[in-house]
Amino acid sequence: MELYKLMGYELRDKLKHKEISLDELYQSLFERIHSTEDLLHSFTHLSEESAFKKAKEYQLAIEKGKEIGSLYGLPFANKDLICIKGVPTTCCSRILKGYLPPYNATVIDRLYKAGAISIGNTNMDEFAMGSSTENSCYGPTYNPWDITKVPGGSSGGSASAVASGQTIFALGSDTGGSVRCPASFCGTVGLKPTYGRVSRYGLIAFANSLDQIGCITKCVYDAALMLEVIAGKDPLDSTSLDVKIDNYTEELSKSISNKIIGIPKEFFEEGVNKEVKNSVLKAIDTLESLGAKSIEINIPHLEYTIATYYLICMSEASSNLARFDGLRYGYTSESFEGDVYDFIKRTRSEGFGAEVRRRIFLGTYTLSAGYYDMYYIKALKARTLIKKDFHEAFKQCDCIASPTMPITAFKMGELLNDPIQMYAIDILTCPVNLVGVPALSLPCGFDSNGMPIGFQLIGDFFDEKTILTLGYHLEQELNIYRKLPSLMRGGT
Amino acid sequence: MDGQEFDIIIGLEVHIQLTNLKTKLFCSCSNDYRSADPNTHICPICLSLPGSLPVINKKALDFATRLALALNCEINHEFWFYRKNYFYPDLPKGFQISQYNKAGGKAFGDGGEIQIRLNNHKKSIKINRIHLEEDPGRLVHKGSIVTSPYTLVDYNRSGVCLIEIVTEPVIESPEEAREFLKQLKSIIQYIGISNLELEGSVRVDANISIKGHDRSEVKNINSFKEVERALRHEIVRQKNLLKRGKELSQETRHWDEKRRVTISMRKKEFEADYRYFPEQDLVPIIIQDKFIQEINETLPELPNERALRLRREYLLSEFDSENLVLDKNFADFYEQGVNIDPSFGLEEYKQYCNWLMNSVSGWLNEQNLNLEDTKIQPRHIVDLINFIKEGKITTKIAKSFISDMMKGSSLTEIIKWRGKTRISDKVLLKKYAKEVIDRNPKIVKDCQVNTRAIEALIGKIMAKTKGQADPEITRSIMIDLLQKNGVI
Repeated sequence: MELYKLMGYELRDKLKHKEISLDELYQSLFERIHSTEDLLHSFTHLSEESAFKKAKEYQLAIEKGKEIGSLYGLPFANKDLICIKGVPTTCCSRILKGYLPPYNATVIDRLYKAGAISIGNTNMDEFAMGSSTENSCYGPTYNPWDITKVPGGSSGGSASAVASGQTIFALGSDTGGSVRCPASFCGTVGLKPTYGRVSRYGLIAFANSLDQIGCITKCVYDAALMLEVIAGKDPLDSTSLDVKIDNYTEELSKSISNKIIGIPKEFFEEGVNKEVKNSVLKAIDTLESLGAKSIEINIPHLEYTIATYYLICMSEASSNLARFDGLRYGYTSESFEGDVYDFIKRTRSEGFGAEVRRRIFLGTYTLSAGYYDMYYIKALKARTLIKKDFHEAFKQCDCIASPTMPITAFKMGELLNDPIQMYAIDILTCPVNLVGVPALSLPCGFDSNGMPIGFQLIGDFFDEKTILTLGYHLEQELNIYRKLPSLMRGGT
Repeated sequence: MDGQEFDIIIGLEVHIQLTNLKTKLFCSCSNDYRSADPNTHICPICLSLPGSLPVINKKALDFATRLALALNCEINHEFWFYRKNYFYPDLPKGFQISQYNKAGGKAFGDGGEIQIRLNNHKKSIKINRIHLEEDPGRLVHKGSIVTSPYTLVDYNRSGVCLIEIVTEPVIESPEEAREFLKQLKSIIQYIGISNLELEGSVRVDANISIKGHDRSEVKNINSFKEVERALRHEIVRQKNLLKRGKELSQETRHWDEKRRVTISMRKKEFEADYRYFPEQDLVPIIIQDKFIQEINETLPELPNERALRLRREYLLSEFDSENLVLDKNFADFYEQGVNIDPSFGLEEYKQYCNWLMNSVSGWLNEQNLNLEDTKIQPRHIVDLINFIKEGKITTKIAKSFISDMMKGSSLTEIIKWRGKTRISDKVLLKKYAKEVIDRNPKIVKDCQVNTRAIEALIGKIMAKTKGQADPEITRSIMIDLLQKNGVI
């Protein structure tokens, strides 16, 4: 049996009933990794030895009937910007070369406590800045459905690993769509929880008012399972909130009749690929056939979201990334000859990649005296208007449905030299981060080239339950989630 | 002098470390780093390792509220912390978490004042605002910063809580600044938020200008004592430039404590742009009325309130009471002392105050010590006053006992060692008086024309007895003898 093909919850049940052993699972998994990694390049670091060791330990415990937590020794891949003690964590940036965090992020501790085992860190756009995983100091990750195409980003390594069966669960982070975009492009499930639902302690910040850790999984059930583990107030993150955590997995099978789905017409306008649009509308029809209702709603300020989002995230990034000065850890310039400022300047110029430098420059500019009011303050005002749009919308509906991305995965290098176009494809995901609400992406079909299309469900604050439940019903009805990618050039 | 008059305008920014906090402002590392080895009081948060997040120390909000109440500031009920962005090796995040009163930001408290008295003239020094911020780490050099072959960074101090007190530009002289700081120090001691005696617990920046001209900001003044000196120097420097017909430019200067001069660091055109913006890793801080009320109820009596009470209860003068309350330890000592002996009344209250403020305080100044560094007990001064009253010792002798008393010895013990009781034995004193008259015929002769010459004769007896002779008895014996001899 090729265990790597199974869903997380199925493996959990088999482990629980001692139908399989963890050793078998990890054998299957690492065989899969070794046979596919050259094509995909999902990982930046593999913890094979420690994973097998831990798996043996847990297997013994299971045999002795000991409780090891709700995740039963299942594997997860970690995005390379969430700290694991002693594991090289670099944000796929030269500037963090060789950095070994001395502590675990809160999500890591929670996953460990639930019995999950980390198998390695995954590739991403440097500091999560990008939508294609092409901006990594380790080189790009390739889309398992067509290895000439990008996997989306910035959590492209996590999505590619999940889609191709290299891992069962994966962590990602979502600042403007970085979980949902690669989930959409790779045909996986991607969940961005409410801002404050999951602790950010140990997540290396890109834009701290927008960043949120999320899950990338093969199916909605697994996302619900993972959220149950990682959600909750953390005393180490002041912005995490103590809001009731639902039994997401138990809620999934509950009826969705009378759920009202808002369809914002702005999310289906110009720029959205026709095949994507049709597939998403068809999925909404499917949900209606299952008892949900749909209404048309408006998000009138959607056209301002790209400008607003990029102003805010770049401003915050320019400050968040200031700590990388080469004085305490990471890359240090060998070429400096002046004072400490010269050292810092050279270290940062050599250590950061082009996209990161671009965003630091722009963010520094927009926070500068004389421009602050014109750009940053104005962006905050626009953010308030967008929040109001969503607030109004949720008075009329239980959740909002749209395409996740306006397009499907594009060719490697196609947008690399066109940052404006690259930024523009975040139009449907980044408003969610500006508002702070949760959103789920799940595959709803394939385009004519066989590339997955992502369906986005946006929920109200802390209402992950509703989007997970609707997503689950849609997924079960469409029944495409077990389809494995070809790992071929040109797809199918 | 050419008679030119200059109006001086000074504003102070006083940074106080809240040394009485147990932990740092945003993490649970110990605040007490002074005796620790370098980089031992650090964690991912105060070292600002990637992924770490700050969490506010609630006790710091308590302390800031105490100060705001004591200074009569208007407390802001809701505010964000702000990031002040700049690069420096002692600043591991590349920004300092602080508060900001522009661009939508708010200080902890606005307004407020401190009453000072200078040359018997009262003045209120208005405060602009107070705010909380984190201290950076510390750069360590071998010898001087210029010649040191290296710079080391010690992050033990990184994240320690500072409170900044910004005055309005209303201080008109270095002396006013000195009095302001004296009162501020006193208030901080009373409300128990910091021990300003600790090295590095105070840093002052001063804005100084001569009316009608550009100001300079003098940074790096590392003790209250240095402030007056730095201000004096800077004012003279500015005046001299103006007298020579030069114009002053807006600049930042550095106080060199060793050379006692200010040195130009940068002119205005290079003034840093700190790109302040809200710190969104912390949620807005809410200071509720209920919280303020609770703090207010536990706020101790403040020095000005205490001075009024001491005037009322012990009938001390305004001057005495204000001086006495300045150091809380002195005022506590005083109140304990005067209440030990129930027979004490107005006279003793006054005497006790004098002993404390003159002899004890004088001795401490000479030794450069604080009252709490010594072993003197309030009871010791009660004994002193009573022994003098009972004629057991003279005031002069009593004064010579102070240094032993500071070491904790009781009066009886000191007298035993030194044998310095007062001589009131009339037979003995008469014998001394006769000897003095016999040996000093010239002075005796003077007594006939100048009665004040008697004092000289009494002085001889005092010298002979090393001050132990009772002056009143000696005087009456001397006058009696001279009268009998027909001298007077």
